[in-house]
Amino acid sequence: MSDTAFEQDRRTPAIEGWFTTDAEPSLLGNRCTTCGTVFFPKASFFCRNPACNGAEFEETRLSRRGRIWSFTDAQYQPPPPYIPRAAEFAPFALAAVELSDEQMVVLGQIAEGYGVSDLHVGQEVELVIEDLYSDDDHDYVVYKWKPVADGSTA
Amino acid sequence: MSDVVVAGVGMHPWGKWGRNFVEYGIVAARAALADAGVDYRDVQFVSGADTVRNGYPGYVAGATFAQALGWTGARVASSYAACASGATALEVARAEILAGRCDVALVVGADTTPKGFLAPTAGERPDDPDWLRFRLLGATNPTYFALYARRRMALYGATERDFAEVRAKNARHGLENPNARYRKDFSVDDILASPMVADPLRLVEICATSDGGAAVVLTSADYAVKQGVARPVKVRAVSTVTPAFPQTVIEMPHFATDSGAAAGWRAGGGEVTAFKDSITLAAYEEAGLGPEDLSLAEVYDLSSALELDWYEHIGLCKAGEAERMLHDGDTTIGGRIPVNPSGGLACFGEAVPAQALAQVCEVTWQLRGQAGARQVDGATVGITANQGLFGHGSSVILSR
Ligand SMILES: [Zn+2]
Repeated sequence: MSDTAFEQDRRTPAIEGWFTTDAEPSLLGNRCTTCGTVFFPKASFFCRNPACNGAEFEETRLSRRGRIWSFTDAQYQPPPPYIPRAAEFAPFALAAVELSDEQMVVLGQIAEGYGVSDLHVGQEVELVIEDLYSDDDHDYVVYKWKPVADGSTA
Repeated sequence: MSDVVVAGVGMHPWGKWGRNFVEYGIVAARAALADAGVDYRDVQFVSGADTVRNGYPGYVAGATFAQALGWTGARVASSYAACASGATALEVARAEILAGRCDVALVVGADTTPKGFLAPTAGERPDDPDWLRFRLLGATNPTYFALYARRRMALYGATERDFAEVRAKNARHGLENPNARYRKDFSVDDILASPMVADPLRLVEICATSDGGAAVVLTSADYAVKQGVARPVKVRAVSTVTPAFPQTVIEMPHFATDSGAAAGWRAGGGEVTAFKDSITLAAYEEAGLGPEDLSLAEVYDLSSALELDWYEHIGLCKAGEAERMLHDGDTTIGGRIPVNPSGGLACFGEAVPAQALAQVCEVTWQLRGQAGARQVDGATVGITANQGLFGHGSSVILSR
């Protein structure tokens, strides 16, 4: 077994069907085929638009980039079912990010290596996939928002 | 339509007492009945506000309080509506009276809470967003409060000092409140020295979880006159509206908002009103009153910064003007429209199913002129506002 294959086998999404893990990862939402409303996380069985009885949806990739609507951090370890990555808790930042096409705000952790002092409202970020926690068999990965190096600010 | 009045209110002091929630509820209920001068055997309807976290809903229903007070054959109901549970229980009782099915109802909410962050119940529940947000994001309730606070800073130039000043004001308000859990004077510098929990919010600026109980005796206006109830307070409105789609502000416990690009659904089109605004708008509409009629407000300061948002949502000022109101002393006791004269959640901590009723207790005492050192002079109309998880919120308007 090559190292790469091992790596791929060991790294697994912390939740199925919420995001892709390709070179240009994106969140996976879905679109009501009746009224066109996009949902994330995916709607299933019923459309939440009160004027729509839609029950069929097609999967859709959400915009990979957005702008920070607001941000904060966690300086104390959250309670279970949060699972810390290491015995010693390390604070992490979070941001609510506005996707312009979808007119939707999506909450996520900020990529490793960035704290609140690196962030501001209106800043451009893009979706990345990073480790969330590990057990004996797997490193579980999740989507995070990463400041764009060449990003403009609103 | 005949009036429904608050005939009596009562509370068990907030704290961390480590006892069964039923005890707090019964202490509050007996205090409210004594305050109203109503014999428990005259109560025809017992409306309980559920706690869920430390029991199961069946166990903590209105029936639990009815049994503890002694079975009389009264009808019961139980309401779960997160932070709005108390107001929903009040609304159920009011509807019974308005429908002419009873004259006297007892509304009770009480809770025993664990230490630390509110956390979902144990077990693997990946279909529940309230479980998933902890697992996938480590997003606690203060995470969401902090997002709103930081947004205020970016939009309106609010500062950490402004937030600390809200907390200091509420600490002063709550100093003499015998039911408050925290009765300690905090300077702005003390608050700014408190450990940061979720930037820009510090430990003492985030609502704690508390034990407590609150109860309200509601009666028809006719019954109150017949029984000679002293200083009945009119229930002018109870709003328990839900959000309107699309909900475009990120709310606990969700990962994302609805898409603002969604097609309009109302016949004739038109914008939807933001949820927090809609909660009190519905109350004003029912009461036929507006923000200009208010003498005081009790709002849900889950964080210091969130109180400033509420000034705007309940219509005391335009968006971005809350900090100016605070600095002008408008919202301090003695000011134009005191907010949280009780000391608010800052001084109480949150006993979820009791909290919306505690707000009603405070407004009642204020309107009767019984609030002691924290009395708002000449109070004639008061409003409560709160919002919690899962699309629940409430507002109650009371008048002399
Ligand atoms: Zn639809």
